Amino acid sequence: MPTRPDDSDPNPQPAPIPDLPAPAVRTTRRFAPSLVWIVPVVAVIAALSLTLRSYLAIGPKISVSLQSAEGIEAGKTQVRYKEVVIGHVTGIVLSDDHNFVLVHIRLDQRDRDFAVADTRFWVVRPRLGLAGVSGLGTLISGAYVAADLGTSHERKSEFTGLETPPAVLRGQKGRSFVVHGDDLGSLDIGSPVYYRRIQAGRISGYKLDADGKGVSIQLFIDAPYDSFVTSATHFWNASGIDLSVSAGGLKLNTESLATVLAGGVAFQSFDGNEPGQPAPEGSRFDMYSDVAAAMKPPDGPELDVRMHFNETLRGLVVGAPVDFRGITIGNVKSINLDYEPDTQTFPADVIATIYPQRLGRINERFLEAGQGRVNFIGVLESLIDHGFRAQVRTGNLLTQQLYVAIDVIPNPKPARLDTSKQPIEMPTAPGSFDALQKQLTNIVAKLDKVPFEEIGNELRDSLHSARLLLGKLDNEIAPQARAMLEQAQNSLKSLDRSLAEDSPLQRGAGHTLDEVARAAQSLRALADYLNRHPEALLRGKRVDAAPSAAPTPPPPPGGK
Amino acid sequence: MTATVTARDLGLLPCSQCGLLSRENGKAGDALACPRCGSALHARKPDSLARTWAFLIAAMILYVPANTLTVMRTESLFGTDDHTILGGVVDLWKDGSWDLAAIVFIASIVVPILKMLALAVLALTAQRRSNWRRHQRARLYRMLDAVGHWSMLDVYVVALLVGLVRFRGIAEVLPGPGIAAFGAVVVLTLWSSMSLDPRLIWDTADADPA
Repeated sequence: MPTRPDDSDPNPQPAPIPDLPAPAVRTTRRFAPSLVWIVPVVAVIAALSLTLRSYLAIGPKISVSLQSAEGIEAGKTQVRYKEVVIGHVTGIVLSDDHNFVLVHIRLDQRDRDFAVADTRFWVVRPRLGLAGVSGLGTLISGAYVAADLGTSHERKSEFTGLETPPAVLRGQKGRSFVVHGDDLGSLDIGSPVYYRRIQAGRISGYKLDADGKGVSIQLFIDAPYDSFVTSATHFWNASGIDLSVSAGGLKLNTESLATVLAGGVAFQSFDGNEPGQPAPEGSRFDMYSDVAAAMKPPDGPELDVRMHFNETLRGLVVGAPVDFRGITIGNVKSINLDYEPDTQTFPADVIATIYPQRLGRINERFLEAGQGRVNFIGVLESLIDHGFRAQVRTGNLLTQQLYVAIDVIPNPKPARLDTSKQPIEMPTAPGSFDALQKQLTNIVAKLDKVPFEEIGNELRDSLHSARLLLGKLDNEIAPQARAMLEQAQNSLKSLDRSLAEDSPLQRGAGHTLDEVARAAQSLRALADYLNRHPEALLRGKRVDAAPSAAPTPPPPPGGK
Repeated sequence: MTATVTARDLGLLPCSQCGLLSRENGKAGDALACPRCGSALHARKPDSLARTWAFLIAAMILYVPANTLTVMRTESLFGTDDHTILGGVVDLWKDGSWDLAAIVFIASIVVPILKMLALAVLALTAQRRSNWRRHQRARLYRMLDAVGHWSMLDVYVVALLVGLVRFRGIAEVLPGPGIAAFGAVVVLTLWSSMSLDPRLIWDTADADPA
């Protein structure tokens, strides 16, 4: 209530105001005035709890080093694990040496477990690869940092980011295996692994061997396909196109269209009788170059055999097959030239690797037959005794490729397997190509002896005289022949004229013929008369006989 | 020399609701009520300064989280953004909307600070029964009362946005802890100014001869 200065009454004594009611006294207890101080206390608590909560909600700060910060924005880019946001990028700076980018990330408090040693971080961007397209969603939402939770308990705040997404995330069901191959081929991390053309896994990593002589490829096979990886499983490189021409025609074989472009690995257990034991995690396998190699039965022990060939081996390459009745039992391992001072020749020294097990039954039978043969060397000795020799043959007439055949040679020179040397030396026979070449040489020599020049000369002379003859014919015979032909033509013309219908000859002939007809008639009348009067021949014609002559036909006109 | 007589000087108690004047006769510490309408009767608001100070201090404490904590979180396809009041002002300023930035800055930061400062000045001077610029202080108090109605704007904005922007997956606005603190600051300053009895401005030592 505003107070107003009262000038009219200098005496501050208040005017008497009668009958003012007395206020009612409340018995209800009012709260103590000091209780109002609870409010600031509550405010302190509230402020502290709010601040504390938001401070606690801020998780650990980590930094991830990357090659490039493409698509990452400070304050906007999220960090996700299984597409759940677990933090944010708070800043992007260059490293001190300016070689890479340090991305600072603030993890959410409840996801602080991600800051452990083996957590992996990488950037998800739209990726267009041969094996497919990924990260399309980031076209709209922008790139984000993905994380894969580690299992370690050791806390860490500085990480090295992956440049490509890992092929296998933790927690995926399946098993890892290692496949060893000669080279990586067109495989890459993420390339598919197929089991009966089903994608069963992918390549999760590769590593060059320490000695640089091969590549170890890490595969991850998803459950449940991993149970099909057994000790009998063969892995092979399924990249590209397998084009084969056989008696059955042209055959094109690919694992999938993706493997044609991006490569892939396939596995299968070919030995149907023996499923084998399931392979433990991390087992090592050999990678075959193709499905044919993988399907081949195991080769077993190998044996090196040396062969000397006294002929050119152009077309024989390392890896060329050693053929036994159409079965490849080995491969050429090395080809070297040698020098024999005795014969002054340069024989080729070929060493081949032979897999005796590929002979299969032959091996067993020969060993069963006994004769003191105990191993494949013994078998080879028996074969050589039976006339088998190594021989270089032409495999392909077009490409001139050679192979080594072990076959029966007619009338072989007696020879023995030289087991004293290492590797053992196998007797050889001149190759079919060599023989063919010799025959061809003979033919050429014979052809050489033919006197082509003389034959040519004589032929030329004969042709010359023939031409002279023809000239004579042309000059002398032809005019005469022409005159003769003219005469013949004239004769024919006169003949034609004399035979015409109105020609005198024709008419004369007509008259003559009439006369002859009449004469014939008279003769017939005479014959009739004589028939009836045969006596007339003696007595002459009677006069009384005239009436009986009535049936006699009247004489032809003009006749008498 | 003019004398000022207040109802308290005469031992009278006006009812603040129905205006009935009654004579003070009770003992100190009794809770008095208007004999006509029954509302509480007191010569001055009870514990006015203590309450004012309590609410004011609470408001000042909560003002810190209100400005440092997230007021609003916007989630959209392009990421999540946390906004503080000061951050919003900076963003607006950077975007070139300096006029809007100024409005938000004044309404959300300057006004609450001034309000709390003014309350502190009023409470302090009233406590010391200061004679200093009483007319201006009375006007200041009336301004505080008028401004009070407009101090919840931020809270309204956030509440509206949270209700309106709710496109699941595309864009979403979520309230942060800061807005609760900010709301508490506003409410506490309102209570604080309500608790302050403006009559205390005039209960000065020299002006009280009685």
